[in-house]
Amino acid sequence: MSAVRTRLLFALPLALIGTLVLIGWIGLKHNPSRVPSPLIGKPAPVFSLPRLRHPALRLTERVFRGRPTLFNVWASWCVTCVAEHRVLMSLAGRGVRIIGLDYQDHRRAALAFLHRYGNPYRAIAYDPRGISAMNWGVYGTPETFVLGPHGVIRGKIIGPLTRRVVRRRLLPLLRRLSSSRARA
Amino acid sequence: MIPQLGLLALILALFLSLLLCYCGLWGAHRDDPRLMGAVRPLTAGLFAFTLFAYGALTWAFVTNDFMVRYVAENSSTRLPLFYRITAVWGAHEGSMLLWIFILVVWTAAVAWFSRGLPRPFVSRVLGVLGLVTAGFLAFSLLTSNPFVLVFPVPHQGANLDPLLQDPFLAIHPPMLYMGYVGMSVAFAFAVAALLGGTMDQLWARWTRPWTIAAWMFLTAGIVLGSYWSYYVLGWGGWWFWDPVENASFMPWLVGAALIHSLAVTEKRGVFKSWTALLAITAFSLSLLGTFLVRSGVLISVHAFAMDPRRGMFVLALLAFMTGAALTIYLWRAPYLMQDRGGAFRLFSRETFLLLNNVFLVVGAATVFIGTLYPLFIEAFGLQKLSVGPPYFDHVFIPVILPLFVLIGVGPFVPWVSGRVGDLLRRLRWPLLFSAVGWTLVLVLAFARSWPPLTAVGVLLSVWVMITALREPAAAVWRRLKGRTAGWNASTIGMSIAHFGLGLAILGITVSTTLSVWRDDPMHVGKAFRMAGFTFILRGYEPARGPDWRGTAARFLILHHGRPWARTVSVKKNFGPGLGSTTGAGIVGGGLHDVFVALGNNLGGGRWSVRFRYEPMVIFVWLGGLVMALGAFVALWDRRYRWRRLPPPGPTPGGGEAP
Amino acid sequence: MTPRRQRMFMLAAMIVAVGASVFFALRALHGELLYYLTPTQVAEGRAPTSGNFRLGGLVLPGSVRRRPGSMTVRFVLTDGHHSIPVVFTGVLPDLFRPGQGVVARGDLVKGTFVANEILAKHGPGYHPPGIHSRYNAPHIPGSLPGGTTALVTRP
Repeated sequence: MSAVRTRLLFALPLALIGTLVLIGWIGLKHNPSRVPSPLIGKPAPVFSLPRLRHPALRLTERVFRGRPTLFNVWASWCVTCVAEHRVLMSLAGRGVRIIGLDYQDHRRAALAFLHRYGNPYRAIAYDPRGISAMNWGVYGTPETFVLGPHGVIRGKIIGPLTRRVVRRRLLPLLRRLSSSRARA
Repeated sequence: MIPQLGLLALILALFLSLLLCYCGLWGAHRDDPRLMGAVRPLTAGLFAFTLFAYGALTWAFVTNDFMVRYVAENSSTRLPLFYRITAVWGAHEGSMLLWIFILVVWTAAVAWFSRGLPRPFVSRVLGVLGLVTAGFLAFSLLTSNPFVLVFPVPHQGANLDPLLQDPFLAIHPPMLYMGYVGMSVAFAFAVAALLGGTMDQLWARWTRPWTIAAWMFLTAGIVLGSYWSYYVLGWGGWWFWDPVENASFMPWLVGAALIHSLAVTEKRGVFKSWTALLAITAFSLSLLGTFLVRSGVLISVHAFAMDPRRGMFVLALLAFMTGAALTIYLWRAPYLMQDRGGAFRLFSRETFLLLNNVFLVVGAATVFIGTLYPLFIEAFGLQKLSVGPPYFDHVFIPVILPLFVLIGVGPFVPWVSGRVGDLLRRLRWPLLFSAVGWTLVLVLAFARSWPPLTAVGVLLSVWVMITALREPAAAVWRRLKGRTAGWNASTIGMSIAHFGLGLAILGITVSTTLSVWRDDPMHVGKAFRMAGFTFILRGYEPARGPDWRGTAARFLILHHGRPWARTVSVKKNFGPGLGSTTGAGIVGGGLHDVFVALGNNLGGGRWSVRFRYEPMVIFVWLGGLVMALGAFVALWDRRYRWRRLPPPGPTPGGGEAP
Repeated sequence: MTPRRQRMFMLAAMIVAVGASVFFALRALHGELLYYLTPTQVAEGRAPTSGNFRLGGLVLPGSVRRRPGSMTVRFVLTDGHHSIPVVFTGVLPDLFRPGQGVVARGDLVKGTFVANEILAKHGPGYHPPGIHSRYNAPHIPGSLPGGTTALVTRP
């Protein structure tokens, strides 16, 4: 075998691994968990659920009318929600309107959770069997939807809200939604 | 306080590993004794800091320190102490820390046991291992820090995934990681030799025990995982060709090929560039497995958290490590080819070992194609799909079957050049015994009307086991005749491992082709008949454990109408957010396993119950463990024993073992 | 044989062996491909007209139905947009529960997905989807105190 052909033979593994890495990279770009929610740009799903703290009252999708709102799906058994809670509290302190969805939970446990860690929510819908959550395409907790002043879903954050996510994604989006309302 | 110190230790470990990489690689390149002298102390420091970080996380679990988010998410005060210790590797972040810790354990072991090896070589090996460690430490710190704190501190944790609350699964990841990560040692040895420019027979002798040790752990890890999936997860199945299983199977196959290829390189000084390539490939496949498991790119039942950032990082690590190693290979391997080693004839041990490599590597390639094809198709945006298990059965089995014929012949063909007549003379007893065995098997196959594949598999397993016994039997015979037995740990280890393979083939063939299973709705007092067994449901009762409550169902099993055994299957419920697991009632363990598992409560006092009859299934795992035992025995070969080289004198250039 | 010719022979043999097995592997692949679809893709008519495929989605809470004592269970798989009714006879995996992600293998018969295998996703994600549990309910011998079956058996 000539030297050049030998070299080519030895370069074969390198070419193979290069292809593999490229395919892996494209595969990651296609990762199903990165696909944005198909609900974005659509009005909030219709629902009617009892409120957590006032079971006699009901909460419907009309609650989102008027100003930009966060819709946060949480549960008392969810440890990540505890981690997220501080961020929600500070957002509420800044005047952001947050509506909660208590997902597959016990009322007593959920109230104890709020008593212990504070309540950032303007109102909380109680969905013990997760039926309404399904219409929102909720896979678990925590998940947060951002809704515009007309009740249209503008963004979805899967997983906990961190300071970084708030700074990079949430606040710019909320600012855009507020200014568009001011213009309209 | 302890968790913060753990994090600090992890950061310091990252700096030490980078320093180790610099001192090892640059020091060897410049032949600087001061830099090379720093390599061992740095390894010791790296080991100490990693051990501390790992201990800190374990301590957080033991003391229920829910301030640490990872602990809060994967443990609770109700969890027994044993599972609080094993919960450290119950999810992504902690298992990554375990991975790093094991990598550092291997690095420290190399530093400890290689005191007799030439200094530049050891420096390069430790430098490469330091670089690998640095990559994974950066991965852990940047994307999966296990020491992240949570505030406010939850008063109770979310508890460990109930599926992981099982003694076999608890010890399975450390075993598997010992195997996966151990392949990094062979990788580092290969890269160091390529960098240094000498890859001789001594190199192969140094590399071999490390490869055998890693392969031993990998074998044991795969066996434990498979046994766990048999009695907890799989409702009686023990191998599903799931991407996660394939991810451990591919390095296993290539590791086995590497062990055999190293044997040729050690004895004869040939196949050097091929051996180096296999060493690089085995570890690359381990990295690829990590990528597949932790990025969520494939549909798998076992997928870890789907975080694209983590996937990207592992992919970058894979690209960097493998890419760098293969570039060095491309640059250096042609020089290795200049000394081609001894020539050999077509009918020789060398050829048979080469064939072994071809079949093992082609087998690994078919698994590789089946595992990555979905990724390939998806990458071009065509469709999301998966490859069904029948693909693997139809392709892998025919590819690997010829290997089982060759395994009985190869060890008896002499090096360099052999003659067919001599071979037949050596194999006359094994052939005779096999002929007797084959006749019995064929009679049994016709009497029981076995499918052809069962007969083929059993015939081959008889052949593999009998030929594996040839060498030990001959040694005993020589001993009895008053001559020296003439065996060494390598030969015995090989015989044991090949015998284990025969057992595994027997178990795999018989259990997959002759097992029977049925699901049936059962109520108290009902009898269900299957495969000569009668199962009677005697009653249900409540059962409870430290963190679960459940239902136990008692069964009486009759065999051919006579009482044979009693067993209990328990459905355990772990409460909100966690779900339930099933403890199957398994009786047997010899020629057949009988398996009863409580399914779902159907209401009206009925439960669905799965019954399985699994003939010889125990041999699957027994065979695997015997293979690991063979590897363990081979480690004690005198040639691998550490000796201090005489300080002055030329670097040894090879030569036969004493 | 000279070492050189011998080497060439071996190299050729190896290339033939690898090539042949890759060829057969790829051929076998095409017979064993299982497409993975979501309920929305099925609703768009992308399901294969014949043969098995895999359907992935979430078990719609409240949709699990079973006649008492029967091994056949009906439920609805959804991805938030479209829903497909599923029927399955056999033992459901332990991880099967309302709201949980499952992958079913089977085929579409008159709008209903007839599954012959149900796999539930296993593995710690960022958020364990919970179940509505009656864990604290008084324990009745012969029934499971937990939520899974309590929901499954609800008429």
